[in-house]
Amino acid sequence: MDSFSMVAIASIITAGLCMAIGSIGPALGQGRAVHSALSSIAQQPDERNSLTRTLFVGLAMIESIAIYCFVISMILVFANPFWTYFIKKAGG
Amino acid sequence: MEVVAINQISPDQVILFQWGWIVINATLVYTWAVMGLLVAGSLLITRGLSRGRTIPRWQNLLEVILSGVRSEIREIVKEGADSYLPFIGTLFLFILTSNLLTFIPGYVAPTSALSTTSALAVAVFFAVPIFGVSKLGIIEYLKEYFRPNIIFFPFHVMGEFSRTLALAVRLFGNLMSHEKVIAILLAVTPLFFPIVMQALGLLIGLIQAYIFAILAMVYIASASQAHEETEHKKKTQDQTIQKGG
Repeated sequence: MDSFSMVAIASIITAGLCMAIGSIGPALGQGRAVHSALSSIAQQPDERNSLTRTLFVGLAMIESIAIYCFVISMILVFANPFWTYFIKKAGG
Repeated sequence: MEVVAINQISPDQVILFQWGWIVINATLVYTWAVMGLLVAGSLLITRGLSRGRTIPRWQNLLEVILSGVRSEIREIVKEGADSYLPFIGTLFLFILTSNLLTFIPGYVAPTSALSTTSALAVAVFFAVPIFGVSKLGIIEYLKEYFRPNIIFFPFHVMGEFSRTLALAVRLFGNLMSHEKVIAILLAVTPLFFPIVMQALGLLIGLIQAYIFAILAMVYIASASQAHEETEHKKKTQDQTIQKGG
């Protein structure tokens, strides 16, 4: 197997794994956050506005962990530095 | 027509004009468009300000934005909120405008390029010591790095860099992933679902602008006010001890 297909296989498998494993943690975290926010709103409906605002900010911050994984998979698939290195080596 | 092709991850790669070493890419064009829009809008609105009982409709908009940002800052720092207002407000307005304009066809948010978000994060990175030194003085500011003791110095320095990176990648990742999702959906199920995702994108853009501004404010506040709070706590502790004795 030449180095092109090795790099391609490794990048694609790693991109999929990165997304799959990296989204487990944030999914659990978001579930817990929404759960406790919902029960707090049920207990204190008057505080709904500030609870919702804090919930959204917290969700976006948890989500950013999954977004980091997504960025890495996108880089692996679309802007892979190793891939371009090998292309250049083969071309020049 | 898509400006950014589906296999390009940032508008930096879309080169509109090249002359020698001068390269004009889509990020630059749209950044200047957003800046021009903000400056021209502010100039036009502030030309006809009034203090009477009825104010112009656009002045009302600006006042709502300004007082909203100011009250958010007041919730984080107790005093001196107005000294942070220009920097935080500028960050918020720029990111908000460039995120919300994505519903215009042919527009690509400059915040979906890593170069723009890195520039904004670097601005926050330098604003933290500038505000900290101007509020506390240079010696007190540097002492913060050795609190609670000298072992924590490398962790403080590492934290400064890693949070700057996180700030840049968070904004870039959210906006870029949103654009990619819409591009993929347009290819798979055209017409309806991309519109729903666009509507969701407005919410994402608003929340990300809010989070960027709030985090920048929290970082600046932690550098310029942390010591005052410990001082204050110590004073109250002393008072309670004196009262008790």
